[in-house]
Amino acid sequence: MTSKLSALRRDPQARLGLVFAGSVLAMALLGPAIAPQSPLALVGPTYGLPGDPGALLGYDYLGRDVLSRLLAGGRSVLWMSFAASAIALALGAVIGIAAGLSKRWIDHAVVWGTDVLLAFPDLILVLLVVSMLGREPWLIVLTVAVSFVPGVIRLARGVTLGVVSQEYVEAARLMGYPWWRVVLLEILPNIATPLLVHLGIMLTWAVGVLSGLSFLGYGVAPPAADWGLMINENRAGLMIQPWAVLAPVAMIGLFALGTNLLAESISRAGSRIGVRRGVKSRARTQMRGKKRRQREKQA
Amino acid sequence: MATIYSEQKPPAASPPWADENAADEGARSERTRLRLPAWLPWLGGRVLSGLATAFVISILVFAATQALPSDPARVILGPDATEASIRTLQAQLGLDQPILVQYAKWAGRALTGEFGVSLDSSVPAGQIVADRFGNSAALMAVVLAIAVPLAFLGGVALAIRRDSRADNWAMNAIILFKALPAFVLAIGLILLLSTTVFPILPAVSLLDPEVSPLLQPVYLVLPALTLTLTVAPFLLRLVRSAMIETLEADYVAAARLRGIPERRIVWAHAVPNALVPVIQGIALTSRLLLGGGLIVEVVFSYPGIGNALNAAIEVRDVPVIQAITLTMAVGVVLINLLADVATVLVTPKLRTSSRPWLRNGTRAKLKLKAGGV
Repeated sequence: MTSKLSALRRDPQARLGLVFAGSVLAMALLGPAIAPQSPLALVGPTYGLPGDPGALLGYDYLGRDVLSRLLAGGRSVLWMSFAASAIALALGAVIGIAAGLSKRWIDHAVVWGTDVLLAFPDLILVLLVVSMLGREPWLIVLTVAVSFVPGVIRLARGVTLGVVSQEYVEAARLMGYPWWRVVLLEILPNIATPLLVHLGIMLTWAVGVLSGLSFLGYGVAPPAADWGLMINENRAGLMIQPWAVLAPVAMIGLFALGTNLLAESISRAGSRIGVRRGVKSRARTQMRGKKRRQREKQA
Repeated sequence: MATIYSEQKPPAASPPWADENAADEGARSERTRLRLPAWLPWLGGRVLSGLATAFVISILVFAATQALPSDPARVILGPDATEASIRTLQAQLGLDQPILVQYAKWAGRALTGEFGVSLDSSVPAGQIVADRFGNSAALMAVVLAIAVPLAFLGGVALAIRRDSRADNWAMNAIILFKALPAFVLAIGLILLLSTTVFPILPAVSLLDPEVSPLLQPVYLVLPALTLTLTVAPFLLRLVRSAMIETLEADYVAAARLRGIPERRIVWAHAVPNALVPVIQGIALTSRLLLGGGLIVEVVFSYPGIGNALNAAIEVRDVPVIQAITLTMAVGVVLINLLADVATVLVTPKLRTSSRPWLRNGTRAKLKLKAGGV
């Protein structure tokens, strides 16, 4: 694990991704504290261009400070992205591992179920539910998570099937470990890398879907500051005040790019190490230790 | 062992048909032509599974729009509607009947393309879908016609020059475009090509409804470019990794040792074998195109099916929402079915076995390899 981390630290792509995603994250978290104006206050001319010393990015369609709104508007989309991806990962991993370990027909049924859900394009499933049930944040998070779950299930099931047939899992079973120990200590550590990579990819998608959703007007309700919403509000003034659109677009793009770069380099580091050197296992190490001790005793 | 050494009937000195005369020749070819292909039972099963998927999808769409705890009549009319008008609309939509009866009636009508009248414009919902579908299909056809050859040639070229400087730069660019959400790209392109930097293309697609969109290419450029930039990187990477895997196979090494020219090895030996992931990848992009297409259509006000769905959702036009989501989802199922059939047909191993078996989660694996859709 440490070698994996150090390999990751040396990868320039991973560093770049970390800088991008980290700076956007830091800005979204600290932003509301350092914003010069209230994100809701009308402080300048409509579509005022940057130029005033107070307004680095100008004013939006109502005359609110774009910089302050930019600093305040990241939290909603970021926490929703993280929550949706994490829920999808947890739910999908549990179902996927269970499917990979259970009987053939249950497995087939689960795979077929994912096929059904995958027939809906992500955004359309979310739109369908949000339009009929309302736009509460937790509902949006849950729906986005549900639309991501089939992909996680397929991935988790696939890698579980690959791991279950390995000797060390069989060894652990033969040693009489309870099933939860086999899953937690043998299977989970060995399928963690692809799942982690997928988490990064899902974050990228989630930022796209959630900001797209509020861009279409189904996300955060209007007076609040939100990047997707800002793009939508100021789109009509694109010719006059491009900064009001460009700034949130750049933030969303930067964050998506950063998470994607990180996921890419984790996946490369994982494929370099995990497979080639053979995966270590607690059961195998213990067995080797026992054998060695026996040999030493005989000697 | 015994079977090998036990006395066996010597095989007929010549195949039974060798001494048949030319008249029988015709009958024999007739017989081989009539013999059912080995994969036919699989096709039957696959079609059945597709139909079952479509059935479940129809239940899901129906549940999301009519059967959820939220009362559609109340949703449509808004919070300050009177009790009487809500009751009238409920009767009009058939909401006062038991849920199973509602579904049966709805599904029966949906099978004939009859989704009821749009609540917004009193045009049949099926009509709206049919009108707008052509525009979206034209856009998608243009995107696929550009993206697939581009991705294919580019992927093969990068696989041959693997790890060169050009390959590295191309992969970096691909990561960049793959990461950006479709609407971010769309707005970037508008800023670049139609407002501030080079004002040369229209930012809004004001299509003349009387003329086919293919004849008004000016309005197609920006939406098609955006969608191509979101789809092509994904496909290109898929082709590249499939080609790299194929070029490392033993038979390619054998062909090289036999002195076959490299060009022939790539195009005649390797490319056909790298085709399967590409077919599945194209099917996957259809889903990407439908979802990303919605936002791109909204950004450019392109009068397609996605824009119609967005408009319908805004005014809670339930029949139109049902018609469009059902069409899209069933369309994706159909495309997946076609991709599976094509995969079986281009793979001799699958084509000749009686139980073609697409590897577990072929699509999931592709998705992982290509970094996802």
